[in-house]
Amino acid sequence: MATVMLPGSLVALFPGTARRQEVAGATVDDIIVELDRSVPGLRDRLVDAGPVLRRHINVFVDGEPADLATEVSPTARVHVLPAVSGGAP
Amino acid sequence: MTTRVQLLVGTKKGAFILDSDQDRKDWSVKGPLCEGWPTHDLIVDPKSGTIYAATGNAWYGPAVWRSDDGGETWTHSSAGMTYGDDGPKITTVWSLATGLDGTVYAGVEEAGLFKSTDRGETWQHVEGLTNHPSRPTWGPGAGGLILHTIVPHPTDPNRMWVGISAVGVFETRDAGATWQARNVGIRGFNPEDPFPETGLCVHKFGLAAGEPETLYQRNHQGVYRSEDGSATWTEITEGLPTDFGFAMAAHPRDADTFWVIPLSVPEEGRFMPDAHAAVWRTDDRGKSWICSDTGLPKQDAYLSVLREAMARDTLDPVGVTFGTATGQLWHSSDGGDSWRMITDTLPEIWGVEAAVVEG
Repeated sequence: MATVMLPGSLVALFPGTARRQEVAGATVDDIIVELDRSVPGLRDRLVDAGPVLRRHINVFVDGEPADLATEVSPTARVHVLPAVSGGAP
Repeated sequence: MTTRVQLLVGTKKGAFILDSDQDRKDWSVKGPLCEGWPTHDLIVDPKSGTIYAATGNAWYGPAVWRSDDGGETWTHSSAGMTYGDDGPKITTVWSLATGLDGTVYAGVEEAGLFKSTDRGETWQHVEGLTNHPSRPTWGPGAGGLILHTIVPHPTDPNRMWVGISAVGVFETRDAGATWQARNVGIRGFNPEDPFPETGLCVHKFGLAAGEPETLYQRNHQGVYRSEDGSATWTEITEGLPTDFGFAMAAHPRDADTFWVIPLSVPEEGRFMPDAHAAVWRTDDRGKSWICSDTGLPKQDAYLSVLREAMARDTLDPVGVTFGTATGQLWHSSDGGDSWRMITDTLPEIWGVEAAVVEG
């Protein structure tokens, strides 16, 4: 299973959710759907209509920028990060 | 039995709840709530006491937050809040209201209406509004293409009004299946078409107390009254220092009384005219206006008040509160005759709601 690292600001929305999770899935989309099974509502926080990753959400698979269709190997490390572009005063 | 007053304040950096006894002199401040999510509007369901907050987060999107314990703990959801994968993206929830049967309604950006019959757990698109023939012509105001006002009819569950900037007022009389534009008499922006059906910049409107067919409207261009259930509007701006402003609140018992906060026109800064802070009140349905500035700064007050950021409570004398875009919260516990500042250190204030809590 892939190792997924979630941002603190995301898990804060779902009390009790671990930032590091082992998740099965062949693509980033699969990973997020699987996460949503155990944390209902999490997908809505990351995925916009399209479906596409929300504008200010970045996902990296083994260090490379990814989108929902990006393939994920069973040994992959997946980082979900809030983009700095979402910031404002 | 004790009576307390709560002010629910939506800001750019989260929701806050201020609490006081019925004297409304000393206030405690709790917040930021909702994990600091930008909050446009908060409401209290009058039957259950449940608090709902309308939010939108730059990273995580729109959501309606709910608290069943007075703001101590919160849940959130936007499940079903979508126009579909081929439709416009929804960036934030702007406005909330509860219907007679407890249905929760949410107005969003990009403008549309959603409803929830399970206390905000899941949402359904009210497609009838989006299907209005004028939809392809809808365009945003400076604040975006937003559905910012939801006014359920006080006795008829099939009737409701909504306001969209910069489009206008719409009414349904069949529980949301179909909608009619209700903007006759509202001034538009095109000199060649001064009174169009839509393309009008409603900023806020509300019902007169005890008169289900009387509404007052704060528009980008003027203040208006309708006494025929929004079929026609009569301008009542005369006597105010400008014809621009965002916020208004109607008296909870006196149908003749409501308050507005005029601002300088957009080209001149959108602050209180001449930097002299004042709330203006009518006691005769807009025939005349009274300037209320006792306790407010009369010079160098470059204050602006946004469309959701004024509210009144239901006590006697009625309390009136407004919040500024620079984080000041001003309160009057004598019906708007005199004012004092509760705090000047909140974030940019976007919405204010007042609730009387018995317990």
